Amino acid sequence: MKMDVQDSMVPVPFRIEKVRRELSDTFTMELKPEAGGAFRFQAGQFNMLYVFGVGEVPISISGDPGESGVLVHTTRAVGAVTRAMGQLEVGETIGVRGPFGKPWPVEQAFGSDLVIVAGGVGLAPLRPAIYQALANREKFGKLVILYGARTADDILFRKELERWRGRFDVEVKVTVDRATDRWAGNVGVVTNLVARGGFDPMHTTALVCGPEIMMRFAAQALVKRGVSPAGVYVSMERNMKCGVGFCGHCQWGPHFVCRNGPVFTWEEASPLLAVREL
Amino acid sequence: MVQIDDLSRIIDEHPFAHGMDDTLRALIVGCAANERYDAGQYVLREGGRADKFFLIRAGAVALEIASPSGAIMVETLSDGDLLGWSWLSDPPVWTFDARATQLTRVISFDANCLRRKMDADPALGYEVLRRFLPIMAHRIHAARMQMLDLYGPGPRR
Repeated sequence: MKMDVQDSMVPVPFRIEKVRRELSDTFTMELKPEAGGAFRFQAGQFNMLYVFGVGEVPISISGDPGESGVLVHTTRAVGAVTRAMGQLEVGETIGVRGPFGKPWPVEQAFGSDLVIVAGGVGLAPLRPAIYQALANREKFGKLVILYGARTADDILFRKELERWRGRFDVEVKVTVDRATDRWAGNVGVVTNLVARGGFDPMHTTALVCGPEIMMRFAAQALVKRGVSPAGVYVSMERNMKCGVGFCGHCQWGPHFVCRNGPVFTWEEASPLLAVREL
Repeated sequence: MVQIDDLSRIIDEHPFAHGMDDTLRALIVGCAANERYDAGQYVLREGGRADKFFLIRAGAVALEIASPSGAIMVETLSDGDLLGWSWLSDPPVWTFDARATQLTRVISFDANCLRRKMDADPALGYEVLRRFLPIMAHRIHAARMQMLDLYGPGPRR
């Protein structure tokens, strides 16, 4: 399904095919267009999801870009719209506008090591990039996934992380901020893992997504390790509304995050993040 | 029995000692010993006298603080990390438990021995502190980030 700018303002009805509870406050929905057809997107893009009668919110796509038959969104219920979304059941309808935004540069990273740094629910927008990287595994050097969560109970996509870690060609490191002695893994901030990841910083593309403070320090840790600021990508979130750069709600310095982002290089993002008022 | 030459080589391979002058390394090697801890064994206990510090060669150590509901893990350290700086403070008392979570091999340093050498040789004292400070700053920064509860609920929408 491809939309032009005019169409992009009209929500398309999608049927909820499956709902999966990932964490106490986070759920994944699988959607299909009610009118039939496919939905194509690139890893890192987002949709505006409309809960009829409640409101519309930007949510990153968390499914496989190689699978156009189903649209997958993973959402954390943190406000009125997302909480209402979490109450929707299989068979109900949700409005979808998109896909919007600049994707992760997965293909541009062919030939280099690919490092994914995710924090909390920030793993959801990165999962499509991981799927794409795994589908093209032979085109990368090392593939390293570094993930941080609040506690062991807050690890998103746990089974998939375990499956990826079981592969011989993927390095997966997980850390949590707080743990009891029942947890046998790493404890500490995700940025600590950057120093331990087995990648060649001079030939690395890094994709970072999570809370803004985490992204800031993860990007700094990557650059300190020797990764070029132009090779570090972060996914920004601002107040996206229209999705096509018309309304200006998500203006961030010279950029509209919905149109020029949400994916920016650290070279682009770091001077803007230094401006307190933005 | 590990010889001094072997210890010197092992210490030199640890990030803490990278680039250290041969003379200074020879001074700290005199205070070093090879140790191993089995999984579950405590390397140090909160409240105990901080008379050592450790360079982790291989393995993993959890820093824990005891609570009525059980131990809370604050941080894990592994290969290439340094464990323990309470020996530099006054009084030198451990503020956490440190428990090996797997078989862990470390180089330990006798703090009294090293402190005597640092007092006698300010260049060594400066060098050791210069190597501890960035690690301490990094750990404090990481602890602050953990306190921020970064992964808590974000903006409402």
